Amino acid sequence: MEFLITLVNGLSLGGIYAMIALGYTMVYGIAKMLNFAHGDIIMVGGYTVLLFLSVNPIVAIIASMIFCMLVGIVVEKFAYKPLRGASPLAVLITAIGVSFLLQSISQMIFGSAPKFIVIADLGILKIGELAIGYSTIITLACSVIVMIALSVFVKFSKTGRAMVAVSEDKGAAQLMGINVNSIITITFAIGSALAALASVFFLLKAPTMTPSFGSLPGIKAFTAAVIGGIGSIPGAMLGGLLLGIIECFAQAVPAISPYTDAIEFSILIVLLLVKPSGLLGKMRREKV
Amino acid sequence: MKKILNSNIKNYAALILLAVLTVVFAVLSLCGALKTSTAYLLEEIAIKIILALSLSLVVGFLGELSLGHAGFMCVGAYLGGKTAALLVNPLGNGLLTLAVALVVGGICAGLCGFLIGLPALRLRGDYLAITTLAFGEIVRTLFQNTSEQSFGGPIGLATPRFEKSFFYVICFAMAAITLFVIQNLIRSKHGRAIKAIRDNEIAAKATGINVTRYKLIGFVLSAVFAGIAGVLYSYTKFNVSSQTFDYNYSIEILVIVVLGGMGSINGSIISAVLITFLNRELANVLTGNLAVLKDLIYALILIAIVIYTNAPALKNFREKYSIEGFKKRRKEKEQNG
Repeated sequence: MEFLITLVNGLSLGGIYAMIALGYTMVYGIAKMLNFAHGDIIMVGGYTVLLFLSVNPIVAIIASMIFCMLVGIVVEKFAYKPLRGASPLAVLITAIGVSFLLQSISQMIFGSAPKFIVIADLGILKIGELAIGYSTIITLACSVIVMIALSVFVKFSKTGRAMVAVSEDKGAAQLMGINVNSIITITFAIGSALAALASVFFLLKAPTMTPSFGSLPGIKAFTAAVIGGIGSIPGAMLGGLLLGIIECFAQAVPAISPYTDAIEFSILIVLLLVKPSGLLGKMRREKV
Repeated sequence: MKKILNSNIKNYAALILLAVLTVVFAVLSLCGALKTSTAYLLEEIAIKIILALSLSLVVGFLGELSLGHAGFMCVGAYLGGKTAALLVNPLGNGLLTLAVALVVGGICAGLCGFLIGLPALRLRGDYLAITTLAFGEIVRTLFQNTSEQSFGGPIGLATPRFEKSFFYVICFAMAAITLFVIQNLIRSKHGRAIKAIRDNEIAAKATGINVTRYKLIGFVLSAVFAGIAGVLYSYTKFNVSSQTFDYNYSIEILVIVVLGGMGSINGSIISAVLITFLNRELANVLTGNLAVLKDLIYALILIAIVIYTNAPALKNFREKYSIEGFKKRRKEKEQNG
């Protein structure tokens, strides 16, 4: 019984990680950069929900997704676009700078004290001895829907296929008449909207937030993306779910629960040693 | 002869300056002319110089991004601090204890650097960054969950503060030693190999450079000095808390290295001094809600500098308005006229 509950909790947490990891992985696949500021987009989403919550929870969620999209696009335009073609190290450091910038801006507006927000009180579902929060089930359902929708979008829509083309070969895609710049912008927008959605589910789980509350989930989702093989969309989903399950099971055992973070990161290091390209990633040989 | 002497002085300007400063501070402390707050600031500056120099070896010269520098420092601070705490009774709180603690902290951090360096050989830049980040978090989590008797757990490890007030002199001496070692390494055959790996790994391999070996040397040496900085840090505090060495601390050191200019030793030192000093001064000026402004300014400066120095579109602008470009044009003019 307890095993089942932990599994469902793990899947639901994994769904959230997967949603964030998708943002990392898509941006990496298309712009070939690690967007370290992605975790802080989660935080921006959370605070936007807080602002609009008095209107209506659904409106707040939609508003936060739209606002995060805008933030993602603006960040891409002003911080990353000038550096296209520069060394990866430079882009990475700029992303770290953006992450700091977003954190300090929100700290200036909202203060550093933790904010407590309840988006909706959803109650608990009881089936016999099983007791699972409705929020967990909704999170799981939503993340499954999002993943299916994204897969369909990438596979069948014109824009989605253009995205795949850009990630495979930027130059060739451009020759086929694809506007690479707008594809990159769209990718950032989608990734940021997913991050905003993830922030809502995080707040359903634990309703407190601070200006730095996005960084740990961000790093973990990043870990998930790397475990799954960065650049691979199914890989991000698999990695996210795996990481969520590992986290919940580690937390369920009292002896090792304090070491949960260390366990997750150790798994990452060991996996990278054994399979440097992640579970579903493709190894690319460097050519001279 | 004069020429050789001149170039030597020029090459070791930073080292000589640090050595002179160490002597000056030693004299000042003998006279008791320094305020305690100034002494604290000097300790902090010297530690930041060591950290910046050691990180600059990996980021600036080896060209690999390390996001777990605070992790190595944490290992040094905890293990060196613990050694010092254990040795204070039998050996007294003097230079001997400090030396043993420095050796232990440095070696332990170096071992960790070796362990992290091993996967580094197989991973490309981005993956390596996440590995070092993961390492930093693992170290922090492990020390945070130790028992109270061993490493203090969440309360932190109680460490002895140095008995005399002139500890900053020792810190500066260590900074000078770090500078000496790293500068000489960079200027040697090994240093050129390391820089060759940064510029083009495949080409370096093709010319017969043992990439594996040099990457490991870079990583281990950088970790050793970070560990030493950690031991010095533990000596400046009564209590070492694992919370200090989080991801943001690693980033702070990275910011220092980037602002100083990648691959510039003097730049790293200058920006370490400047940022530590500004941090202290700004903390006094910007109190309460304004304290965030400091982070905001740093973030903006970081982004602006990276874009200015790296953006492909600004290449012509840079060549036109930089000191190097000016020198180059003057040289061309001299040759022509």
